[in-house]
This record gives sequence, C-alpha cells and structure tokens, in this order.
Amino acid sequence: MKIYVLVKEVPDTYGDRKLDLETGLADRGAGDVVLDEITERALEVALSHADANPGTEVVALSMAPESATASIRRSLAIGAGSAVHVCDEALRGADLGLTASVLAAAIRRGEPDLVITGNLSTDGSGGVLPAMLAEHLGYAQATALSAVAIGADAVTATRATDFGSQQVTVPLPAVISITEALPDARFPNFKGIMAAKKKPLEVVSLADLGVSADPAQAPQAILTAVSEKPPRAAGVKITDEGDAAAQLVDFLVQNRLV
Amino acid sequence: MTYPEKPILVLVDVTPDGQLASSTAGLLGAASTLGAPVAVLVGGDAAATAAVAALGAQVVLTAEGDASRLTVPLADALQAAYRAVRPDAVLLSNSIAGRDVAGRLAVREHLALSVDAVGVSRDDEGVVVHHSVYGGAYLTDSAPTFGAPVITVRQGAIDARGEAVADPQVEQLGVEPSGAPAASADVIEAVEAASSRPELRGAKVVVSGGRGLGSKENFSLVEDLADELGAAVGASRAAVDAGYIPYAHQVGQTGVSVSPQLYIALGISGAIQHRAGMQTAKTIVAINKDPESPIFDVADFGIVGDLFTVVPQLIEALRARKA
Ligand SMILES: Cc1cc2nc3c(=O)[nH]c(=O)nc-3n(C[C@H](O)[C@H](O)[C@H](O)COP(=O)(O)OP(=O)(O)OC[C@H]3O[C@@H](n4cnc5c(N)ncnc54)[C@H](O)[C@@H]3O)c2cc1C
Ligand SMILES: Nc1ncnc2c1ncn2[C@@H]1O[C@H](COP(=O)(O)O)[C@@H](O)[C@H]1O
Repeated sequence: MKIYVLVKEVPDTYGDRKLDLETGLADRGAGDVVLDEITERALEVALSHADANPGTEVVALSMAPESATASIRRSLAIGAGSAVHVCDEALRGADLGLTASVLAAAIRRGEPDLVITGNLSTDGSGGVLPAMLAEHLGYAQATALSAVAIGADAVTATRATDFGSQQVTVPLPAVISITEALPDARFPNFKGIMAAKKKPLEVVSLADLGVSADPAQAPQAILTAVSEKPPRAAGVKITDEGDAAAQLVDFLVQNRLV
Repeated sequence: MTYPEKPILVLVDVTPDGQLASSTAGLLGAASTLGAPVAVLVGGDAAATAAVAALGAQVVLTAEGDASRLTVPLADALQAAYRAVRPDAVLLSNSIAGRDVAGRLAVREHLALSVDAVGVSRDDEGVVVHHSVYGGAYLTDSAPTFGAPVITVRQGAIDARGEAVADPQVEQLGVEPSGAPAASADVIEAVEAASSRPELRGAKVVVSGGRGLGSKENFSLVEDLADELGAAVGASRAAVDAGYIPYAHQVGQTGVSVSPQLYIALGISGAIQHRAGMQTAKTIVAINKDPESPIFDVADFGIVGDLFTVVPQLIEALRARKA
C-alpha cells in the first residue's frame, strides 16, 4: 500500500506569531517554525501501519517555500520513506483553492491508496483541504478521525462530529484527516536522522505539476485588510489571604457580571 | 422558479434527530445582513422548515437526507441549490460537517473559499469576510477576486439575527446524485449525556478548569461554579488529555474559540495555545497558585491562591448573595 501524508511547516505556536501588516502573510522571520504537530500525528498513523505491514510505502508531501526543507527532512527522520516538496515562487500567499489544486496534482502523480492529513492546520485553521482534495481526486473522504484502522480495501475509524462520535468505513482510495486524539509522533532518533540524509526528497515546481497559478484562471480569496489588536493588559492580581473569594465577588458585582 | 434579489444561500446544520443545530440563528443572521437568506435544509422535518423561516429564511429549499453516507449527499444538495439560485454568497457553519461540504462545493463550482469568519459585510465590490487570527491578535478581511464566495462562519461569533418570515417560499430541491464515492457512516452516538448547561460556543459566561484540578472527581468543582453562574464549562488540553472532561469542552487553538463576557480559568497555566482560544473574552478571571503563571498576564482579576480553598468560598459567597 502507498500512503501519502500531508505535512506542513507552521510558525511555532510557543513563539511569537506575527502577520506582515503589508501583505497579511505569516511573517516567517518573526519566530521559529516547526512541523505542525497534527501533521506529525498523521505521519505516526501511517508509520504504525507500516510497522505492522511490511511493503507499505509512506511518502511525505508538502507545499511550502524553499526554506521549509529542514521540516520536510524531519518527516524523513521520523520515518517517511521519501518526500515530495512542491516549491514555487508563484505559490507565495496561495489561497485554499490554489493549495488544493496543487496538492491534488502532486497526489495524482503518486497514485497513493490513502492520503492522511491533519484535521486543521494550526496556522490557517482551514480544516477544508481534506474535503477539497477528495473532490479533486474523486476519492472518498472521512474527516476528524480519532481512531483509525487501515485495511487492504478500506479504513474503518471513529469520527468526531459536532453531535457525538460515529463509526465510519471509507473505501480506498481515500483521503482521511485525523484529530489530536491520536498519538504523538515517535521522536526521530540518531539513526533516523542519518538515514534521512539519504532518502529521496523530490522538489517539484508548478510547471512539473502542470498547474497554473494565474489569478485569472479561477477566483481566489485574497486578503484585503490586516490590522493588529493591541495586546491585552494585565489587571489586578491579589494573593489569597482568606478574603480573595469575597473580593472577587465584589469585582464581579461592580462590573455587573453577576 | 424565482428567488428574491441578492440571494444568500445558507446550508444549515441539522442534528441527528432532524432539528436545527444551534449555529443556525447566527448563520441566518449573518446572511440577512448581506441579502435575502435562502436556506438549504437536508434531512430536516416540517418543524425544522418552520424553524428556519422563523430565524429569517425567506426561501427554504428542502432535500431528503442520507445520514448513512458522509458529506457527498449534502454536497450534491447544496450544489443543486447553488445552480438553481446563483447566490451572491454561500454560508455554512464552520463545523466539521460544514467545512467538509464547503470544501467540496468550492472545488466543484470553482468558487473562492474563506473559512472561520467572525463577521461578514458588503462593500462596493461585493461581500467581505472578517476573520480573527492567531487567537484574536490580528483582524483580517478577505474577499473573492471574482465570483460568489463560499464562507464558513465561526459558531457563536455572530450576534446579528434575521427577522422571522411568516410565509416562506418552501420548495423541494431536485438533486441529481453526483455518484462521487463516499464513506459509509453509522449513527452518531452522543459522547456525553445531554446537559442543561449552556453550550460553550456563544456562551456569555465560561468557567474552565485545567490540570490544576488534579482528577476527574475534583473537576466537578468547575461544574459547580459554572452552575452557580449559569455558565458553560470549558477546559484546557491537559484536562482533556487527562480524561477529566470530553474534548468538546477544550478551549484553545485546537479546541473551541470563545469570546464570552466573563471567562474564569481555574488551575490553568495559560499556555499560549490556551490563550489563543479565550483572550478575546471581555473580562478574564484566573485562580492559580503559581504567581508566575502566564494566565495572569491576560487576567483582569487574578487570584494567587489554592483553587480548592477559594472556589468553594466563592460558590458560598455567590449563593449567600442570591439568598
Ligand atoms: C499544537 C498545540 C496545540 C495546543 N492546543 C491547545 C488547546 O487548544 N487548548 C489548550 O488548553 N492547550 C493546548 N495546547 C497545550 C498547551 O501548550 C498546554 O500544555 C496546556 O494548555 C496546559 O494545560 P493546563 O494549563 O491545564 O496545565 P498546566 O500547564 O500543567 O497548568 C496547571 C496549572 O494549575 C495550577 N495549579 C495546580 N494546582 C493548583 C491548585 N490547587 N490551585 C490553583 N492552581 C493550581 C498550576 O500552578 C499550573 O499553572 C496545545 C499545544 C500544542 C503544541
Ligand atoms: N501547504 C500544505 N502542504 C501539505 N499539506 C498541507 C498544506 N496545507 C494543509 N495541509 C494538510 O491539510 C491539513 C488541513 O489543513 P487546513 O485545511 O489548512 O486546516 C493539514 O493538517 C495538512 O495535513
């Protein structure tokens, strides 16, 4: 079985995340970048299946600027067999529609049986790419999975919905997205890091994929305004000396909150 | 068929028993600020049809549901409605189901997609979508380069409400199945018993607990305070991971974003990912025994103290006030 895992580099949430107030794009110079935790978990789902099923091929796919190579190598160090990095100057600021067309074209080239993504990326919080990819590819889809069993022709899984959970069966080929209920990825060890240097990492351009980023081709969602909100200031801080609860009630009453 | 001018297509979420999801009022409210709300109701009953009209739908387009197949039946119905109505915009809930359908419709009909809107408006060039990003640190606007946008709307973020429509135009949609492959799905089972507490999304008051509660049993203290205040219950990821409370209550970057009038954090350190989901609250109160906790950086009223001492006294004092 061939599994594509969609991995994404994002600004580290532990650091300062900034938007460029001119372009509205993530300011990549502002803080550290990391492989999105949820996409590492997606990789772990594929790798634990591969551990139990020799012959499983796991490919990490990312659309990202040139600077993301280290993050993509990290997915090889964790255990993916190879990686595809879609990288093209024309993709700067790509919206969800263009991102989906590009990733779908890259997946089509590889013809995997299964595509695994995170349910939501921590920077964009779109949560729409899995469905968009399934539509492009003509694959079945099951999103927001909190437990996953991969079989030869289908994935059976537990899915979170807004009203409770349900069991689902999705025939292959399929796109699935997983939630943070699934385990963290294994940590890359020294052997993995050394091996990653020799694993194939293919860099492809829009021309290689035959996709056009021409804005006249399809409507795009573009940013038209960006503003920064002043950070919140700290208020009063008291240490409990037996009357903190009473003081809090006074505060709530004064502010008409009770 | 003729439709009102400036139609705004709204796909409403329907609960497993055929009722309107709580997101519906905000969706139709948002739509009514842009034009004439045309609701698409899949798998709802007659009562649901009347309920969408009461929330502002001038037209209700109905279709049979098929809950045994994921997403595709809904996408087929919404696509049929889109082609019939040719709306100025399509609004869906930013729920799991709503996002899935939004993604598919945008690809099928080549439409620009804007997600997680906290507001919508119109300017000279058309519909503008407002977003709150990086935990409310930035406000951004997006708009389509051309064509009608598909927009998912953050649940609980819209205060506008539509005006009740007494005599809606109700039509059954003719839906041509696309035949796209779909996952099959069993019935949805509730992960927790129905509760009389307010829903987290859109709640006016939220009381959240973190790892500082120490156990599932102790977490009931959070619920007791919430009930005293008529509040919804939230939690940190550490509390959810420890099994004190189901994931649906997680507040933060990978949980729910809330903007209540009052947010009370108990035994929560205030990690940046937690703050991302609550720092737009009007007033923040924190109780934590560690004076260095970052939650105090955003708290309007912070108490350095043991929550097991302070919270029972607080509940007592609130009760005494009422009596
Ligand atoms: C990609 C990513 C996404 C994340 N998403 C989220 C998210 O959506 N939501 C979220 O919450 N977190 C999220 N996190 C996790 C986040 O980083 C923190 O680990 C988490 O918020 C910590 O939860 P906590 O404050 O309950 O626990 P801790 O950080 O352990 O804090 C517990 C606090 O309780 C206090 N305490 C203990 N005992 C008492 C007592 N008796 N009285 C008073 N105070 C007491 C302690 O002083 C401490 O400050 C995410 C992390 C990552 C990497
Ligand atoms: N640029 C990208 N490259 C690779 N995968 C991506 C990219 N953007 C999003 N994804 C995948 O799609 C998931 C959902 O993303 P989103 O719809 O942006 O929230 C992520 O968790 C990733 O697995």
